[in-house]
Amino acid sequence: MLVRIPTPLRSYTDQRAVLDADGHTVAEVLFHVDRQFPGLRFRMVDEQNQLRRHMKVFVNDESVRDLETAVSDADVITIMAALSGG
Amino acid sequence: MNEWSPLSGSSRARPSEVAPRLLVGTRKGLWMLAANAARDDWWISEPAFLGHIVTHVVLDPRDQRTLVAGVSTGHLGPTVFRSHDLGATWTEAARPPAFTTDEALARSLRTVFWLTPGHASEPGVWYAGGSPQGLFRSEDGGDTWAPVSGWNDHPEWTTWAEWPEENTPDGSLLHSLIVDPRDPAHLYLGMSAGGVFESTDRGGEWTPRNDGLATVFTPEVGPNFFHDPHCIRMHPLRPDRLYQQNHCGIYRLDRPEHTWTRIGDNMPNAIGDIGFPIELHPRDPDIAWVFPMDGTDVWPRTSPDGRPAVYITRDGGESWTRLERGLPERGWLTVKRQAMTVDDGDPAGVYFGTTGGEVWSSRDEGASWGALVAHLPEIYAVEPGVPLS
Repeated sequence: MLVRIPTPLRSYTDQRAVLDADGHTVAEVLFHVDRQFPGLRFRMVDEQNQLRRHMKVFVNDESVRDLETAVSDADVITIMAALSGG
Repeated sequence: MNEWSPLSGSSRARPSEVAPRLLVGTRKGLWMLAANAARDDWWISEPAFLGHIVTHVVLDPRDQRTLVAGVSTGHLGPTVFRSHDLGATWTEAARPPAFTTDEALARSLRTVFWLTPGHASEPGVWYAGGSPQGLFRSEDGGDTWAPVSGWNDHPEWTTWAEWPEENTPDGSLLHSLIVDPRDPAHLYLGMSAGGVFESTDRGGEWTPRNDGLATVFTPEVGPNFFHDPHCIRMHPLRPDRLYQQNHCGIYRLDRPEHTWTRIGDNMPNAIGDIGFPIELHPRDPDIAWVFPMDGTDVWPRTSPDGRPAVYITRDGGESWTRLERGLPERGWLTVKRQAMTVDDGDPAGVYFGTTGGEVWSSRDEGASWGALVAHLPEIYAVEPGVPLS
């Protein structure tokens, strides 16, 4: 399935904005991405396997925080750094 | 290679003749300031980690080549980067500091706030302090980190640390991890808030060391915790001597004594003894510098009366002298706890960075000051780079 990467994480993906990854859940997909691009996952998911406070994940157009949410090959996962800062 | 631009139009030296002397961590990245041996010709690097929060960056004194930096952003989790070529290139830690997965307290590290190189006899060992107030250790030069269980899982941790409520506005902080140069197993650390704690077994067991410290923010003086050291320093040539700039005063402790002495009582009453940093002379354990801030009313944390000054003691805190020549007559400066440092020159150079993005320097132990650079982002840390000698 397609995984869209926000600019703050593209230093890990050789600046690629869209990746192809496998998995039956969001968590599995993120582990797959991390195997391709080590270090990316820990910047968005903490050591307790919780999505970090200012990060969001969309499965298609639905925001999810439960990383055990099931996904299928037809889904598009969008990782987003929530709009904040200054 | 680092690209250097001359500061203040000075360019007598060539870039190949200067070396990074100051490491400046800011809310928006890392800058290095380079100088010649005379410290009269300064250069500035291009930023590294532009846009990232660089809470601390420290040179490894054991090889004088390796830099370790604590880095995060507003969105992304905390991590550590390392450079083995004085900042020309950087590599992220393979396993950054983190609490134990699935632990009972379910702590999540938000910030790598403080970095300390290990003992000279233990090359590759580093310590990191965080927010929440965890302690982490690396044995491979900062590439992989593990929790220091003796601290993080100590049965009193939830009493000593700010947990689960973190009352410090920017988060609770573990800082001032100190390794005794005589004994790699002898450690001190500070917590804002929390206090000073000591271990004599490499972090396995810990003892509060807060006797004599005042608190103005608690109903009564009593517990040996819930204190607020802002910065603790041990003199390398007299490791039994500790200095501390606390939320509630300036203190000195000469071990094996256990009771801190409030040497800040010898500061002028109109100035007080509140501040963040305290720095020590490289060769004289009786000399220390502080940067007082306004701790009245709602605690502006700016220079008292808007008149910036550094204060020096040359007698272990028995007396203090105001040093202001060259500093602005009026200015509301704030200097954070990692943002003041001293080099190894003779006379020693003293430096501080402000939350307004200025770095000030003195080549004569604080007698006179000049601005090295302005218009940087909010400065979190100023640490020494390559020694002069």
